[in-house]
This record gives sequence, C-alpha cells and structure tokens, in this order.
Amino acid sequence: MADPMRIRANMTGDKVEVKALMAHEMETGQRKDAKGNVIPAHFIQNVTVTHNGKTVLSAQWGPSISKNPFLHFRFKGGKAGEKVTITWTDNKGEKRTDEATIAGG
Amino acid sequence: MRIPWLVAGAVITALSSAAPAQDNTQKEIERYRQLLQEGNPADLYEARGEEIWKQKRGPKNASLEQCDLGLGPGVVKGAFAQLPRYFADTDRVQDTESRLVTCMVTLQGFKPEEAMKDPFAVPGRHSDMEALTSYIAAESKGMKLEVPIRHPKEVEAFQIGEQLFYRRAGPNDFGCVSCHSESGKRIRLQDLPRLTEPKEAQKIFTTWPAYRVSQGTVRTMQHRLYDCYWQMRHPQLDFTSETAIALMVFMAKYANGGSVEAPALKR
Repeated sequence: MADPMRIRANMTGDKVEVKALMAHEMETGQRKDAKGNVIPAHFIQNVTVTHNGKTVLSAQWGPSISKNPFLHFRFKGGKAGEKVTITWTDNKGEKRTDEATIAGG
Repeated sequence: MRIPWLVAGAVITALSSAAPAQDNTQKEIERYRQLLQEGNPADLYEARGEEIWKQKRGPKNASLEQCDLGLGPGVVKGAFAQLPRYFADTDRVQDTESRLVTCMVTLQGFKPEEAMKDPFAVPGRHSDMEALTSYIAAESKGMKLEVPIRHPKEVEAFQIGEQLFYRRAGPNDFGCVSCHSESGKRIRLQDLPRLTEPKEAQKIFTTWPAYRVSQGTVRTMQHRLYDCYWQMRHPQLDFTSETAIALMVFMAKYANGGSVEAPALKR
C-alpha cells in the first residue's frame, strides 16, 4: 500500500465533517524532466468514502487535481464513534485505504 | 439574471482606487491562506518524520530516539524552539539538521557523508531530513522561540552571521541586506520581511520549515538559505555549514519571542 493518509472526522451539527489529506505525487504526464523525457502520468483516479458499508462520496479525479490532495466534505447519517473509510486507486493500479473514527459532537 | 450583476460588482471593486484594493487583496490572500492551513501537506511529512525518528537504521541498527537536541537525550518537545544552540559534545553551535547528522553518525553509525547526502528532496526522491525536521518543529508548535545567544561560540556565530548579512558580494553585489533590510518591499508577488525588525522577524522566521507549494515538498531553513544564496548568485551554501548556522543565529536574535508556527504552508 502507498503512503498513509491523514483523516480527521468530526461531528458538526448533525453532519459528519471529513478532512482527508492524501500523499500522492499527482503527476499530470505533461511535464518533462531535465533530459527532456516526459515524466509519466501518475495520479489518483478514484476515491471512495464509505460509512457503515454505504458509499457516501465517490470521486473520479484527473490530472488537474494538485499534488498531495486535500479533500474536505460533509455527509449526513453518521454518529460519533463510528468509522469512515477512504480508499483511493490510481492510474498505475496502486491503492490506499485508511479509516478514521468520528470524533464527538 | 444574477451572474452578470456579480461579475459587474467584482469588476467595480477591482477598479476602485489602488491602495484599498491592495489591502483587500492582502486580506483575501491571508484568508485564503488560513483556509489552506487545514490541508497542509506538511502533516504528512510530520507523520513520516516521526516514523523515521523511531526506526532502527544504520550499521548500529539503532533509532534516533536517544538523540540529544539540546534538552537531553530523546527530548523532542520544545527542542526546536531553542535551536540553533551550542553543544558541548561537538563543541559547536548546531541547528536541527546539523544535530540530526551528528546523531545519525554517533547513534546509528552512518558516515558523515552518508548522513549529509541528498538533504533536499528532488522529483522522484523524498528527503528524510525534511520529514524529520517537520516532526521536530511540530513538537515545538505554539512555543516561544528562545534561541540562546550566551555561550561564547553562540555569540561568535551571531557576529559572523551579522557580518554575512550585511556583506554585499558576488556578480550582483547582493547581500541579505539587499532584500531584507526594508519594510514593505517585495519581489514580484512575494513580500520580503525586514529581518532586523523583530515585529517582522518574529512572524516569519518561526514559519520555517514549511511546505512550499512551488517546491511540492517541505523546505527547511537550511534550504531557504541555500535558495537565497542561489538567488543572489553567491557560491553554493553547504548543508549545515558554519555559514548557514551563523546566519540562523543572527536572524534568531530578532525573531526570539515569536511563536513557533512551523511547519507552515507557503507558496
């Protein structure tokens, strides 16, 4: 598995607020190295966030997402103490899954 | 329709007199930076740094957990806020990275050249030093900067740093003083702090190390100075050299009292 993400999940009002920082080069495939060779594209293509077995967010990313992406969103239906799981897969087939426990309200 | 009115409003605001618009722009940039703080990729470096600190490595297969950063072996909390400082075991003034090199040699058995190799990340290669410095700095976050300038060698380092700060040299006749001795100046869109004014130094010196978005990695004060020397077209500033550390002690004198905000987020 690739480098770990940092995930924070808190209750804000009746929603769960999730902030996830992912470690990824997000290379666009448009850049060239010092020798003039194209640096191959390497970026996250899919992000899935689940809670209690249900998908609460699903994203399809492309090369326009920055390096070390930061994802911040809210969803309804979660409670403190429950787990939020985030999985990403990239164009090289690498993946990473991390989970966080929702902190108190 | 709503949208054209919003556009018109924005255009009118932009066209209003220069000075207030600049202040507004500054405020908005500040607000944007505050919002970004939450997603600071430096967090990832802190986590990796803590891992490396605890990892058994090198010929002696030991971790860095007994490394003395000035507050005793293994004490990381608060150490960054008092670096650089004099160390009796090496009889020199050392900063965080210099001390890490010492510990990698004495505790882990690496050769000095190995420990000092590739300290700055390049595309395709991460830097352990950047991760470790992020972790160590984070353990002093919020604390008051109190770099000691009392021991004769600390005072000497300050004096050398002072000479270096004001000395103009190289093909551009630049010294640190050329860019950092006046308030309110900038290079292109980057504000330049007046490093001899405590009000400014206290806010800026304490934001290093920082994740530099333009570099795509955390950069430390060692790298900032290396970069300054490159920008001035001076000869290469060597990693953990006496020159670099002397400049840090000089800057710290004016920055002392500020709150450690590292690792921060910069352009």
